[in-house]
Amino acid sequence: MIPLSYYLVLSALLFVLGTIAFFIKKDLITQFLAIEVMLSAGNLVFIAFAKAMGTIDGQIIVFFIITVAAAEAAVGLAIILLVYRKKKSIRSEDMNIMKG
Amino acid sequence: MTDIFWLIPFIPGLSTFILAVFGNKLPKKYISFQACTAVFASFVISVISFIGLRQTPHEAYPLVKKLLSWIHVGNFQADLALQFDPLTAVMTLVVTLVGFLIHVYSVGYMSEDKSYARFFTEMNLFTFSMLILVMASNLVLMFVGWEGVGLCSYLLIGFWYEKHSAANAGNKAFIVNRIGDAGFLLGILFIIINIGSTEFAAISEAVGNGALSQSMITLIAILLFVGATGKSAQIPLYVWLPDAMEGPTPVSALIHAATMVTAGVYMVARMNVFYTLSHSAANIVALIGAITAIFAATMALTQNDIKRVLAYSTISQIGYMFIGCGVGAYAAGMFHLYTHAFFKSLLFLAAGSVMHALSGELNMQKMGGLRKYLPHTYLTFLIGAIAISGVPFLSGFFSKDAILTSAFANGQYFVWGLGLGGAILTAFYMFRLIFLTFHGKERLAPEVKKHVHESPKIMTVPLMILAFFSIIAGYIGLPVVFGKNLNWFSRFLEPVIYQAHGEAHLSLGTEWILILLSVAVALFGIFMAHVFYIRKPGIPHSLVARFPWAYKLLYNKYYVDEIYNAVVVNPMIRGSEIVYQHFDLKVIDGAVNGSAKSAGFFGRILSTFQSGLIKDYALIFLLGAIILIGYLVF
Repeated sequence: MIPLSYYLVLSALLFVLGTIAFFIKKDLITQFLAIEVMLSAGNLVFIAFAKAMGTIDGQIIVFFIITVAAAEAAVGLAIILLVYRKKKSIRSEDMNIMKG
Repeated sequence: MTDIFWLIPFIPGLSTFILAVFGNKLPKKYISFQACTAVFASFVISVISFIGLRQTPHEAYPLVKKLLSWIHVGNFQADLALQFDPLTAVMTLVVTLVGFLIHVYSVGYMSEDKSYARFFTEMNLFTFSMLILVMASNLVLMFVGWEGVGLCSYLLIGFWYEKHSAANAGNKAFIVNRIGDAGFLLGILFIIINIGSTEFAAISEAVGNGALSQSMITLIAILLFVGATGKSAQIPLYVWLPDAMEGPTPVSALIHAATMVTAGVYMVARMNVFYTLSHSAANIVALIGAITAIFAATMALTQNDIKRVLAYSTISQIGYMFIGCGVGAYAAGMFHLYTHAFFKSLLFLAAGSVMHALSGELNMQKMGGLRKYLPHTYLTFLIGAIAISGVPFLSGFFSKDAILTSAFANGQYFVWGLGLGGAILTAFYMFRLIFLTFHGKERLAPEVKKHVHESPKIMTVPLMILAFFSIIAGYIGLPVVFGKNLNWFSRFLEPVIYQAHGEAHLSLGTEWILILLSVAVALFGIFMAHVFYIRKPGIPHSLVARFPWAYKLLYNKYYVDEIYNAVVVNPMIRGSEIVYQHFDLKVIDGAVNGSAKSAGFFGRILSTFQSGLIKDYALIFLLGAIILIGYLVF
């Protein structure tokens, strides 16, 4: 039996890695992947707690999150595609038309 | 039947509303029909109310109808309440009857104008305001009507606002009136402070019972009279009226001759208790009236503009009304107001008919011999001129004589003398006008002459009706020499005039002498005009050549406008210019622009945070999340 804290440490590591990747990477797709990693870290915490508590609620929430994440990935990729068509670039530094 | 009198002002009011909202979409025929009918309906109700008033016992005066509770502050209350008493009855009958005839005349006169609906809207609005003014049962509501007629006067003087001079004349009338209104308003405030009510009945009672000190009565009386000099064009605030002739002629007839300009006389007569109790204020009123009467008459002598002569004549005649009020003969003053409304509106409308025939020509030096082209206009104009000159058995004779006799009877010989002098001049300048316009050689411009035509029936019929009234209107106020108690008019007004002391009476012999004197004076004036302008037309020129300074002085109206400009208007403009340059541009604009600039400055600093880069936003988001978590954990 693996203690709960292992899961939590792994999850925290994943989340921090995702965050760092988001900030140091320059193209939108990699940043998008980094966000997905952070999302998975969150999922992992849910499942770990569900198992430790012996309830099923956390697992159900994770199913919902995965479903929503699939839809979100589709929309996100579509946006990135459209941005590329418009600007011929997927570097996030180029997207600054909202500068004040 | 008497309690329907409150409808009198509201019928033209309703008509104004309809015309103001739908006027541009309605056909011309309907507009004129509605505008005239509304005023006529008011006239009919006035007659009914008048008959009802005659059957009401004097103790019930004034009939008051409270429509709405309006201002209620502390102990002070002013309601939307109308009243009907003899003084109001005279005014409503005059305003609605003369107003109706002038509305009908306007249908013909204004038929070609493109702003037809606007004209009748404003005329109806004027009628409404004027009726509110004369029917209000308290000073505050009266002031509303007072300002309402001032507004309509401004709008109608500037009716042809594309003309620069007309727009300026409207401004001048409005601004000069404001000066008088300031005095009037102060008077009202003093009354509120000292009496606590502005209901006319309450004021008369309080002042009559000695609620005010003598000096306060005099102060209020003078302040109210300042308001009257503005509205009624008396010295020193008369300068706006001659310029007001820029408006359409029916407007001059209705507002600047028959009704609005007499509002000051009505107000003084309404507040008669103050002037009866304060001799010094009454003397000022009489003196100002007398000086204005003769001063304006001299200015009328040399004017060549037909409407300006009539304007100065109006100023002069209102002076007579104030003489009447100032010497305590309020009934005589109101009587002259009533007869003057007929013959002066007649003269103006006839002058309008002449202008209509001559394609807008106003200069009398370019007229002459019009008698045979405009027979109806000539005849009615002549009747009006005879009536105003004071020739016996026409209305003007009775009323002017009543005023002069009262002045004499009250021992105001100086005022009486000025009035008599003014009467000579009145007869002279009126017949100068007649002779130059209708008699003598034709001096018409050839292209004008081709179009000379008598005015249509819709214009001449009102002229004839007014001429009829100019002849007979005086017979309700016969002087005492024709028999006792024939002065029905003065007895009718008695209940509203505060009586402090018995009226001064003259012996019958003196009365006869005074009457014969004023007849002689009138005939002498006409005779002189005949000599000057028909028999020996060279006299005026030789007089001008002999006394060029006198002619210049009169022709330039004593340079009063120039003096006012130099003393009041220009310093004001220059002062405003300085304030504009230094205060408005620097302080006010500086503050406004400064606040805008500082907002822009801070905005620019803050806008650097809005980089548009998603990473920056995410970083701030992350920092926020860390701070929030840190706060929750520790």
